[in-house]
Amino acid sequence: MSDVAEDRQLSGKEQPRLNPLFMFRWEESQNAHVLLYPEGVVKLNGSASTIIGRCDGVKSIDQIAAELKAEFVTDDADIESGVRQFMEVAHAKGWLVV
Amino acid sequence: MPKDGSSFSLDGQGKPLWLALELTYRCPLKCVWCNNPLDFETYTKHELSTEEWKKVLRESRELGSLQLGFTGGEPMMRDDLEELVGYANELGFYTNLITSGIGLSEQRLLKLKEAGLKQIQLSVQSSRGALTDELVGAKAHEIKIEVAHMIKRHGFPMVLNVPVFKQNVELVEEILALAEEIGVDYLEFANIQYYNWALLNREELLPSLEQLQAAEAAVQRARVRLGKKMTIYFVIPDYFEDRPKACMNGWGAIHLTIAPDGMALPCQESRVIKGLEFVSVRDKPLKWIWEESPLFRKYRGEEWMKEPCRTCPEKEKDFGGCRCQAFLLTGDASNTDPCCSKSPHHHVIEEALKQKDAPFRVQRPLVKRMPGVASVQFME
Repeated sequence: MSDVAEDRQLSGKEQPRLNPLFMFRWEESQNAHVLLYPEGVVKLNGSASTIIGRCDGVKSIDQIAAELKAEFVTDDADIESGVRQFMEVAHAKGWLVV
Repeated sequence: MPKDGSSFSLDGQGKPLWLALELTYRCPLKCVWCNNPLDFETYTKHELSTEEWKKVLRESRELGSLQLGFTGGEPMMRDDLEELVGYANELGFYTNLITSGIGLSEQRLLKLKEAGLKQIQLSVQSSRGALTDELVGAKAHEIKIEVAHMIKRHGFPMVLNVPVFKQNVELVEEILALAEEIGVDYLEFANIQYYNWALLNREELLPSLEQLQAAEAAVQRARVRLGKKMTIYFVIPDYFEDRPKACMNGWGAIHLTIAPDGMALPCQESRVIKGLEFVSVRDKPLKWIWEESPLFRKYRGEEWMKEPCRTCPEKEKDFGGCRCQAFLLTGDASNTDPCCSKSPHHHVIEEALKQKDAPFRVQRPLVKRMPGVASVQFME
């Protein structure tokens, strides 16, 4: 995992992608998306899986937030800070790499 | 397979999320801490067939299993491993191979990759060839290191699993350097647990508290130095803790093991508990075994607990520890795990720790895992 950086704040220009060691998929028996990786399983809630599903290493954090703004009609500032916050947590946990 | 370092962010909701298939107890190595039964060789002729294993995979997946470990013995001893990995992958399992590396040729590794294998856990015992070879009873060290490099070359995530005991506990620093050089993603120092062969050799394998503290300090320094390059687990042995391990996250909670002969087990060691009625997947549907069988219900939840567990505020954290250890060291599996300092049997742990340092203690030779070495028919 040499490309995993230390815990830090992410800029909106960064392009997160799923940690290549991880598998992200729908799991019928949990009625949810799950992350599977060596030694672990994580069940994701709806917003987490919506965000992770868009982290393709090409789109920037700002772009992803803009996409979600367009898709879900809600307060803009909430979405932006929510996406940023989730990305930082997911990055710190090693789920996402930039 | 149970690991304190594991991340159980997903509540089992009564599902066997973690499935371990002990494909065989056959193994080219003779490790003195092996957790396989003492009479492991008697299982060979009863091993499940390829089709029977596939049925287990289907049934377990239907119950909601997600993580799958192919283990043993040495799973590479089964010629149908690639086929089973492929089948499990199609069913949607996250497939892990738990191997000594012996028998893992490049050709087979490529086939496993093609079959969809996700992750490999390789055991390495030391940074020094002669010591590894002595401990595992075979020329294995060089092969293991070559296999480790090969696994990384082919882009697999890799857990390097290092069983820790007196003979290698002072090599933690060297082993960390070796793991760094190989480029492993996860390094797990797993202080061995004392069942079966390890229990037989316990007096010669137990490290001292000082050795463990030094090892943990070395791990801590490495964590600071390496950051996220490598995730390092260091599982403290329960003999040195005040509280027992949350063994298997509770009996029949999220872990399911199938032994080579098809017996469904709440954990890999549970056959050491006498008087339990084990059921084979050959005889009953796995769903019934997991949900309804007296075996899996026996220590599920809290109903079975005695004092001091019954009224203990920590029972939801550690589930009373390990049933197998309670049986082996106190004679009753429903007793509190004697590793807990609240256990009325805690003295058996303290005595074991004292015994290994007793003056004029007679040193014993290590008993290697080999057929016929241990006679178990008098243990009933």
